[in-house]
Amino acid sequence: MTGRQKILYFIYLHRTGLTVIGLSLALLLFPLFEDNPYTLGLTNQIAINAIIVLGLNLFVGYAGQISLGHAAFFGLGAYGSAIATVDFGLPAWPAMALVAALVGLIALGIGIPILRLTGHYLAMATLGLNFVFYTILLQWDEVTGGPSGYYGVPFLSIGSFEFNDEVRLHYLIWGVALLALLLCLNLVRSGVGRGLAALAGDETAAAALGVNTRSTKVKVFVLSAMLASIAGSLFAHTYSFISPGSFDIFVATDFVIMVVVGGMGSIWGSLLGAGLITMLPEWMDIFETYKDFIHGGILVLVLMFLPQGLVTGLIEMGKTRLALRKARQGRQEGSGC
Amino acid sequence: MGVSSAHMLQDFLQFTFAGLTNGAIYALIALGFSVVNNTMGIVNFVQVDFVSLGGMLMFSALFAAGLPMAPGLLLAVAGVALAAMLIERFGLRPARSGNHLVLIFLTVGLSIILRGVIKLVWGKNRMALPPLTPDVPVKIFGASVLPQALWILLLTLVTIALLTWFFYRTSLGLSMRAVANNPTAAAVVGIPAGRVRLTSYAIAGALGGLAGVLVTPITTLSYDVGVLLGLKGFAAAILGGFGSFPGAILGGLGLGLLESLTAGYWSSAYKDVVAFVVLLLVLFVRPKGLLGK
Repeated sequence: MTGRQKILYFIYLHRTGLTVIGLSLALLLFPLFEDNPYTLGLTNQIAINAIIVLGLNLFVGYAGQISLGHAAFFGLGAYGSAIATVDFGLPAWPAMALVAALVGLIALGIGIPILRLTGHYLAMATLGLNFVFYTILLQWDEVTGGPSGYYGVPFLSIGSFEFNDEVRLHYLIWGVALLALLLCLNLVRSGVGRGLAALAGDETAAAALGVNTRSTKVKVFVLSAMLASIAGSLFAHTYSFISPGSFDIFVATDFVIMVVVGGMGSIWGSLLGAGLITMLPEWMDIFETYKDFIHGGILVLVLMFLPQGLVTGLIEMGKTRLALRKARQGRQEGSGC
Repeated sequence: MGVSSAHMLQDFLQFTFAGLTNGAIYALIALGFSVVNNTMGIVNFVQVDFVSLGGMLMFSALFAAGLPMAPGLLLAVAGVALAAMLIERFGLRPARSGNHLVLIFLTVGLSIILRGVIKLVWGKNRMALPPLTPDVPVKIFGASVLPQALWILLLTLVTIALLTWFFYRTSLGLSMRAVANNPTAAAVVGIPAGRVRLTSYAIAGALGGLAGVLVTPITTLSYDVGVLLGLKGFAAAILGGFGSFPGAILGGLGLGLLESLTAGYWSSAYKDVVAFVVLLLVLFVRPKGLLGK
């Protein structure tokens, strides 16, 4: 191997790690170049969504299941943190962990019966759960504040250092998002992750190969619910105000759209999907009336032409092109002899 | 004692009529979900917007075109059926994907687009649609019933009769049942898959549109009125056994009754939740639904 080939091989071998390092550096330096609080607020929103979408993608993309109910876990995290810190006066960090653990238990309790269902039944059941949760948020107003929402959630802090402006929140939220990213990247390369991929491919075949499909599905469901809960806690502490509208079934559908547009079963696609769908309303500012067309249109077009999503779809297209070109070159050289 | 028990009976009848009325609407929507599921094997989330579109077209037929009730109703239902056929032909068929996740999410995307179109054309305001005949309550065993409720029950019965005739007596209906039964065998004997899919969408659209025309005088009319109604229709379809026509009707009526009895005797705040809680319980115990195969 020549030196150049060695370097290229090194880059190829460590492409995931290098991309993570590159992304971390870019995020570290981002606030130096961009100090507009509005823009930072948006990128923070992307990070919160990315945490949820990463977990949801494990469930939808890797395990091949459907959940139209993850806004409920997001909301449980947000309201859980709000009630624990304001009403019960718990410190914010342990409250966040406690709420995430509780949400994990709830997801376990729901997941065991619900994940026996497949396809439309699962879609309906998760959608139903989200709707029940949303109605409780609206109706149980002595606890949740009802339709007018819940005010006065404190900022997170370490000692006297408060995460109270966009730049500080940027580091906090993106830090958590990067941790979630690392967790997912490592998980899908572990034995559990390979089992998951097998599950998405063919459940019967996976079971025949010794993957415990029931327990794997439940575990991923619980993990994705806990990630959504943590994102919810961060959401509550960032905006200090939450209302039921952020956790309804349309938001749950949006999370799934992010997964699908970015690419089912693509970790990096989750980031792209979260970024694209979160930014879309901003770019569409002038076209407020046409927002729905573009929102739905992107989903429809991606599903029609790149059903694996943008990231996986484009990478596969590139790979096919490359393979075809190599084959053509090989044939020309062969005929040249 | 005698007076209070008569009063209780009257209340019970009142709740039952209300439940049957809503249940008939859920049944119509559930039938629409079932038709598409049987021929294409997917959940058609656009169904929820067919309901809103039906109400909106009726509104325009009455107030923009100045038509009387009966032609307005027919025009609205036919309009939704046409829109549904266009959606199938240009929105769903080009995908040519066999992956169910992809197809289900595709209908979610199409539903968002259709909702956007409705919002753009008719605006976001809540509107009122007049009932088919003037609102003079009829007394039945002491319970007062709106004529619109009677219309809903009557037209639902007529629709079910028409559907039964269509699926058992016409060649297109029989071929649709053949596709539902075994798509491969149906293709082998030369049943045109495209026409069957188009027809199933038209029927689903007509059912959703009719539900919208009938229910919006009781509720209100807005671009997203169909979402909750449609989801309850979906719940009804699953409750009865997804794909089963008797199941859809039974599921719809059962859900409607349960809801109105809950609202009447317990709490109206959680009325909307009942449908989903019951659905979840049924799914846990018997995932195929009550009449599922």
